[in-house]
Amino acid sequence: MKKSFLYAVVIAVAALTLSSTSFANEKVRLIGSGASFPAPIYLSWFKSLNKANPNLIVDYQSKGSGAGVQDFLNKTVDFAASDSAMKKEDMDKVPEGVQLLPMTAGEIIVTYNLPGNPAGLKLPRDVYPDIFLGKITRWNDPKIVAANPDIKLPNMPITVVVRADSSGTTAVFTKHLSAISAEFKNTLGEGNTVNWPATNQFIKSPKNDGITATVRQTPGAIGYIEYSFAKLAKIGSALLENKEGKFVAPGNSAETLAAIKIPADMIAWEPDPDGANSYPIVTYTWMIFRKNNDDKAKAKAMREMIEYCLTEGQKTADALGYIPLPQSVVEIVRKAAANIK
Amino acid sequence: MKKPFLHNVETDSICQPPSPSVIFVDRAFRMLARLGVILVFSLIVVLVLEIGIKALPSIQKSGLDVITGTVWDVGQQKFGILPAIWGTLYSSLIALFVGGFFGISMAIFLTQDFLHPRLAAIFRAIVELLAAIPSVVYGLWGIFVVIPAIRPLTDELNESLGWIPFFSSTLSGPGLLPAALVLAIMILPTIAAVSQDALRAVPLRTKQAAYGMGTTHWEAILKVMVPTAATGIFGSLVLGLGRALGETMALAMLIGNSNQISLSLFAPANTLAAMLALNFPEAGPSEIEVLMYAALVLMLITLVVNVLGSMIITYAQRGMK
Repeated sequence: MKKSFLYAVVIAVAALTLSSTSFANEKVRLIGSGASFPAPIYLSWFKSLNKANPNLIVDYQSKGSGAGVQDFLNKTVDFAASDSAMKKEDMDKVPEGVQLLPMTAGEIIVTYNLPGNPAGLKLPRDVYPDIFLGKITRWNDPKIVAANPDIKLPNMPITVVVRADSSGTTAVFTKHLSAISAEFKNTLGEGNTVNWPATNQFIKSPKNDGITATVRQTPGAIGYIEYSFAKLAKIGSALLENKEGKFVAPGNSAETLAAIKIPADMIAWEPDPDGANSYPIVTYTWMIFRKNNDDKAKAKAMREMIEYCLTEGQKTADALGYIPLPQSVVEIVRKAAANIK
Repeated sequence: MKKPFLHNVETDSICQPPSPSVIFVDRAFRMLARLGVILVFSLIVVLVLEIGIKALPSIQKSGLDVITGTVWDVGQQKFGILPAIWGTLYSSLIALFVGGFFGISMAIFLTQDFLHPRLAAIFRAIVELLAAIPSVVYGLWGIFVVIPAIRPLTDELNESLGWIPFFSSTLSGPGLLPAALVLAIMILPTIAAVSQDALRAVPLRTKQAAYGMGTTHWEAILKVMVPTAATGIFGSLVLGLGRALGETMALAMLIGNSNQISLSLFAPANTLAAMLALNFPEAGPSEIEVLMYAALVLMLITLVVNVLGSMIITYAQRGMK
């Protein structure tokens, strides 16, 4: 009996060493960088992915969409992430071919600070572009008052807080404003940074945190941030008027997303979605891969990573303030992921 | 004949020519020190060259237009940094004024026998702790404490004295004054510490002589001690200004980053350092050239301030002798 116990121990030890050596051989480390907007959800995915599959380590650096694409072009990373997808001329610079995959989606909200903290401020479509143009400058503007009969609006200047750093959030927000206001399109246009009016009522703050803190500390302020961040920081948001004339709160955009058609290159924008219940500012965010990879083990690891994000990952999206991909989109992305070889 | 000192010569004396090992250590140390100097110096040269080379395309393309331009619009490829230069100088000078006043007062208070030496040492340590607080924390503190604290005062000033250009706008939140105030606190430890050293370096005899002439405590401080230590105190101000010009994160959070030139203390402004920090991460190639140009301008400003500072110090020293 004693002997059999000894055998068991020896076999167990042998098995352990064997398995651990095979682990060491297969360990793959992927490096990615890019957008800061999906960084919280990506980091949580990669962490739980590593728990589920210890052989797969994914490092993600959130440095901004533009920086991520730059890293990708310089080949310093295995994959990039971007809120503003990728420009055609940048894609042409990659001989291996580029595969973009939408991984999650989010909304951008408008937050405000009014005395008494009234909830559910309604902002019509002809009002909020004008606020961000600096044309509507006081809270008791007749247009705002008319839309909000229940809220007592003070005679106070509107302080507009916008992003000081270059950001995908600004790009999506200005894309939407340009879509619904011709004047916004002609004067400011869209982009990671736009030339906001230089007046005393326009303040620029770095990052989502900066905007949040500034809006909180400034009576009469208004600003735009990502919904995931607002949810984490428990910040109220304005109801925005959508295409069909309804005032909608953020947080229920799965249907809106499902209605957006995904083209072959996977770059789908809908700066002003249809649907009575659609919140007007939604956007996908993408991961960017090379189609032909020299390192086949890495390509396999990337496909595994994508599969995990599409299945397990989507389950946590809602809790973190992102929008889970609709099932139809998951299928399309899964099919496209097979192009990564 | 008795030779009383002979044993000193014949026995092992401590006086002897340097041994080879001592010579070696000496030479090695000298080489190392020289190498260090060369490295530090070449680092500065490389830095300037690197930035200069990267800024060159922009300098050739737009010349002085960048320095005199007031619009920063990446979409239209228009880059002007005049508002940032203005904001950098304006905020730093206000900070120097406020921080300098309090820093020097503090140095006088801690060195001129107002306090028990042990208590003074504790106070000194506390002031120096201010230097260890990270910039971001200062920024957050500014947003959550300083801005709400000064808002009633600024509203009052704007209402009653709005015709003075300095008070001509309301403080909406981040702006020049809160940024300059926080900056003043950030440069305070530098000014206080260096001024204290300067005041301590005044020989005791000078002070005793002043008292001997029949001066009061305050006369001795203002007419003898401070003028004697003036060079060092001035040096502390130059150091403080240097730090204020380059301070980045706290200002990026507090100044409002608005590209406008305004005399109003309550209006949002911009600084070169904040502009660099906020625009670099996602800058495109053409933007990077201009940012390098801006960095060069910032370096030039700090350089001019330091050279002017040391010139004034030498001049003052000569005047005193």
